Amino acid sequence: MTLTIEDLQNIAKIERDRQEGTTYQINVCVAAGCLSCQSGLVKEAFDTEISRRGLENWCLVKGVGCLGLCAAGPLIQVQPQGTYYQGVTVNDVSEILDSLGGSPVARLECSQHQAFFQCQQKIVLENCGKIDPERIEDYIAEDGYLGLFTALRQMTPGEVIEQVTKSGLRGRGGAGFPTGLKWTAVSKAVNNTKFIVCNADEGDPGAFMDRSVLESDPHRVIEGMAIAGYAVGASHGFIYVRAEYPLAVKRVHTAIAQAERLGVLGNNIFNTRFEFNIEVRLGAGAFVCGEETALIASIEGRHGRPRPRPPFPAEFGLWGFPTLINNVETFANIAPIIRRGGEWFAGIGTEKSKGTKVFALAGRVNNTGLIEVPMGTRLRDIVFEIGGGIPGDKRFKAVQTGGPSGGCIPEEHLDMPVDYESLAAVGSIMGSGGMIIMDETSCMVDVAQFFMEFCMSESCGKCVPCRVGTTQIYHLLHKISGGQGKPSDIETLGELCDLLKNTSLCGLGQTAPNPVISTLKYFKDEYKAHIRDKNCPAGACRMQAPEEAL
Amino acid sequence: MKKPLRVDERSLRADVNPVRLLTFKIDDRDVSARADETILTVARQNGIKIPTLCHMEGLSEHGACRLCIVEVKGMSRLMPSCVTLPRQDMEVLTKSDRVLDYRRKILELIFSERNHVCSVCVTNGHCDLQALAVEMGMTHVRYDYIYPTHPIDATHPRFSVDHNRCVLCLRCVRVCDEIEGAHTWDVMNRGISSKVITDLNQPWGSSETCTGCGKCVQVCPTGALSEKGKSVAEMVKRRQFLPYLQMMRHRE
Amino acid sequence: MDEQMQSAMKSTEDRRWRLVNRTMRLHGHEPHALIETLHAVQEHFGFLDLDALKYVSQALRVPLSRTYGVATFYHHFTLKPPGEHTCVVCKGTACYIGGASGILDDFEKTVGIGPGQTTPDGKISLVTARCLGSCGLAPAVVFDGEVCGRMTSEAVLERIRRWTDHDPDD
Ligand SMILES: Cc1cc2nc3c(=O)[nH]c(=O)nc-3n(C[C@H](O)[C@H](O)[C@H](O)COP(=O)(O)O)c2cc1C
Ligand code: SF4
Ligand code: FES
Repeated sequence: MTLTIEDLQNIAKIERDRQEGTTYQINVCVAAGCLSCQSGLVKEAFDTEISRRGLENWCLVKGVGCLGLCAAGPLIQVQPQGTYYQGVTVNDVSEILDSLGGSPVARLECSQHQAFFQCQQKIVLENCGKIDPERIEDYIAEDGYLGLFTALRQMTPGEVIEQVTKSGLRGRGGAGFPTGLKWTAVSKAVNNTKFIVCNADEGDPGAFMDRSVLESDPHRVIEGMAIAGYAVGASHGFIYVRAEYPLAVKRVHTAIAQAERLGVLGNNIFNTRFEFNIEVRLGAGAFVCGEETALIASIEGRHGRPRPRPPFPAEFGLWGFPTLINNVETFANIAPIIRRGGEWFAGIGTEKSKGTKVFALAGRVNNTGLIEVPMGTRLRDIVFEIGGGIPGDKRFKAVQTGGPSGGCIPEEHLDMPVDYESLAAVGSIMGSGGMIIMDETSCMVDVAQFFMEFCMSESCGKCVPCRVGTTQIYHLLHKISGGQGKPSDIETLGELCDLLKNTSLCGLGQTAPNPVISTLKYFKDEYKAHIRDKNCPAGACRMQAPEEAL
Repeated sequence: MKKPLRVDERSLRADVNPVRLLTFKIDDRDVSARADETILTVARQNGIKIPTLCHMEGLSEHGACRLCIVEVKGMSRLMPSCVTLPRQDMEVLTKSDRVLDYRRKILELIFSERNHVCSVCVTNGHCDLQALAVEMGMTHVRYDYIYPTHPIDATHPRFSVDHNRCVLCLRCVRVCDEIEGAHTWDVMNRGISSKVITDLNQPWGSSETCTGCGKCVQVCPTGALSEKGKSVAEMVKRRQFLPYLQMMRHRE
Repeated sequence: MDEQMQSAMKSTEDRRWRLVNRTMRLHGHEPHALIETLHAVQEHFGFLDLDALKYVSQALRVPLSRTYGVATFYHHFTLKPPGEHTCVVCKGTACYIGGASGILDDFEKTVGIGPGQTTPDGKISLVTARCLGSCGLAPAVVFDGEVCGRMTSEAVLERIRRWTDHDPDD
C-alpha cells in the first residue's frame, strides 16, 4: 500500500473539514517555553471545560508549537479572529470561553498588530503555532509532503538540486555554505551508500530555533531530509539531537513513526523506487559535536573529537561514506523551495543572503522569543521594533550574535542589515541565530569571560592552541574582571586570540576568540577601567581585594 | 626521476588518486611529490626540517600539536604539514617569521600546561620536548603556568606514568591500538582536564588488557611514561621497533 | 570469562538490564551503539557505574578505556549516583545575563553544595546545564525534570525547602 497523491489530498481534506467544522479554534502553545510556565495545564483546563459545557462541536482546542512570543507565555491564539492572549492561567479559561462570539478579554489580550507579529515573514516557521506537531494530518493539511511528492514524481535529482542552487539558500548552521553546492558535491560522490545527517545539536547556549522547529513542526525537517536523500542518492538519514531537548526528541520520534506508518518514509515512497529511513541519535552534552567531523565521530559512538578536513564529509563522512550534513533550519527551508520554486525564495532577502532567518531573541529585551525576518532586516528594527526595546529604561549596550563563536555588536553598528557578510564585517557571525541583547548592566569583560569559560570547558582537548589557549585566555579574563589585571595583559590577550584563530584544528578553537576580539575592539575602555581603575563600569564584576586573589 | 619512495603506509590516504604526481614549492625550492604524500613527508625527503611532536613515523597522524604548521600562500590560516596534502604549484613557507612566532607560542603553551621540570626528569637530555625547546630557541614562557596537580602512578611492575609530564600527543594511545592491538590506553574527560588512562581509569598495574610490551613507553616523547629504576637523565627511548615492525608486516 | 558470564546472566534478571540489552540488540551489538547504550544505562540506573561500563564494553566489543573515555567526554553522563532530587540551573547565555550565577551563589550559600555536587545526605544534587533552550524565559531551572522559567533565588530555594521538608531527615 503505497501512498498516492489522492491519498494525500484526501487526508488534507478530511483534516481541513475537521478543523473548519468548528466555529472557533483555540491554539494553545505547548512548546517547551510555554510548557515551562504551565501551558499544559491550561490546555487540559480548556479540554475539561469544553467537554463539561458540551461544546466539542463548536470549539476545537489544539496544542500547537511555538507562537513566537515566549516572553508572554503561556500564549494562546483564538481563531478565526487571530486574537492572542498572553500569560493565560487555568483560572482564565472560563472567561475566555465566555468571550467567544463577543468581544475579547481585554485584560489578557496581546495585540496581534504590534510590530512583533507584523514585521515578520515566515517560511520556516509558517506552521509553528498553527499546526499540532503530533499530528501528521495537520501537517499534510498545510501542503505537507507535497514538496516530496513533487520532487519524487515530477523532478529528477538534478532538477531538485538545481532549484536548491537557484534559491541561493545558504547553510543555517553557522558558516553559511551554499546548500546547492554542498548537495552537488555529495551527489557527485561515487558510492552506493550515502548518508544524510540533520545537525540538531544546537550547542550555542542562547539559541533555541532548532528546538522550536523540531518541537513545533517536525515533519517539515523530515520532508526536507527525504528530499535531500532523493537529490543526492542517499537512503538513510540521521537526526542528531541534543539530549537536553527531551520534548523535541519525543516529537521527532512520534513524527518519524507517523511518517513510516503513512508511507512517506520507508520503501517505494509515492510509488517510486526511492526509499528513505531516518534514525534519531542523541547528543550527550558536548558543544563541539556540532562540528561536522566531531558529529560524525559521535554518531559512530566515539568521543566527539574533530579531525582535520579535508577530506570533507561530502566525500568521507559517516563510516567513510559520502555524507550530507545540514542544519535543521536548512532542511526546513527545502520543502517550500521545492513547492514554490527556487526563484521565489531567491526573491527574498539580499543579494548574497537569500530567504529568511530565524532568530532567538533573548537577554535584556522586552519581547524575548522566536522571530523570522527576511535577510537584510536592520538590526535596529529587530531589537527595537520586533524586540520591543530594552526593559526598564535601561540603555542598550550591545547585541551578541553567533554565540561563543560570534561577537558583540555595539550601538554604532545597529543600522546595518543582518546578513552573512555584514555580520562578518563587524567581527561577528550569523551563527545559528542566537541573538542576546545586553544593556548597560552587562559588563563586556564579564561577557567575554562567560564565553571563554564556555569554550574552555567545551574544547575537546585535542589540539594545543585550543586546549591550553582557551584556558590561558580565561585565566587572563578572570584576573582582569577581578581587578587583578596588568596593562600588558591586553596585549597578551590579543596575541593569544590571534594564535587560536590561525592555528586551531577546528572551528571551535578558530572562532573561540571572537567574543574577546570584538569586545576588545569596541569596548576597550571597559577592559582598561578594570585594569587601571580596578572598577567595573557596569557594576557586574566583583573586584577582589588583593589578598583574596588567586 | 622515479626514485624509490619511502612512504609511511599509514599516512597514505585512500581518498586521493595515489598515482598522480605534482610539483610545488617549499621555501622557494621546487619539489615534486606523489599526490598522497603530506607536505611534511616531502619536506623531510628534501632535507627541510619541520618540528613535530604528535607525529610519529609508523603511527597514524593525529594533527593535534600544531607545531608542524606551515604557511601556505593565499591562505590566512596556517596548515599542519603532517596532515596537509600539497596541491600543484602551492607555495609553502616553513620558516616565515609568522610561522616561527606561532610555533614558539604553541610550544610555550605546552610548557605552561603541566609541570615540566627537566632537571629532575628521567629523560633529561633525551626528551623530544626539551629538544624542541632548544631547537626553537625558546628561552622563557610568557604565559602563567597552570600548575595542575597530577599524581604519579607506579603500580605497574616495570613502568610508571607521570601525568605532570604528559603533552597529550597520544602516541601511546595510537601505538597500543595500532601496533600492539590492545587498546589499553585512551583519553578521559575533555579540554584542559583531558588525561590518558588505562582501562577504566584504574591503576596501570591492575589493567587487564595491558600486555606489558612497553611500546607506549618507548614512543612517549617525554618522561611521562618511563621504565622503572631509571634515575635522572637515564631513560633513553628505543624506537627502532616501529619501522622494523612496519617493514615486517608489509613485506610481500 | 566466568565473571563475564555471571554478569551477563545476572543482568537479565533485572528488568532494567533487559531494557539496556534491548538497546544493544536493536543496534546489532555494533560498537557504534556505545553512546546510545550509555544513554539507556543512565536512563534506567541514574548513573554509570564501573560494572555497567565493563559489561557494555564487553557486549559491544569496545575497549574498556574507550568506553570510560566516552563516558567522561560527554558531560551528560555521570559516574556518580545522583541525589534523590535534582535541580538543574541553566547557565546558557540568556540565563547568565538574566542572573543564573546569582542563583548558583545563593544556592551554594544556603544548601552548601556547588554545581556537580550532591548533599551529604544524598537528598539533593545541583547540576548546571548549557542552555535548556528556554532562553525566552531566562533564567530557567529544572526541578526533577520540570522546567520552570523566570526563576529567582527565592523561588528556587523555596522549591528546595519543599523537597527537604516533605521528607524530613531521619
Ligand atoms: C564548534 C562548532 C559547533 C557547531 N555547532 C553547530 C550546531 O549546533 N548546529 C548546527 O547546525 N551547526 C553547527 N556547526 C556547524 C556545522 O559544523 C556545519 O557547518 C553545519 O551543520 C552545516 O550545515 P549547514 O550547511 O546547513 O549550515 C558547528 C560548527 C562548529 C565548528
Ligand atoms: S580547536 Fe578545540 S575543539 Fe577543535 S579540535 Fe582543537 S581542541 Fe578540539
Ligand atoms: S606533528 Fe603535525 S600536528 Fe603534531
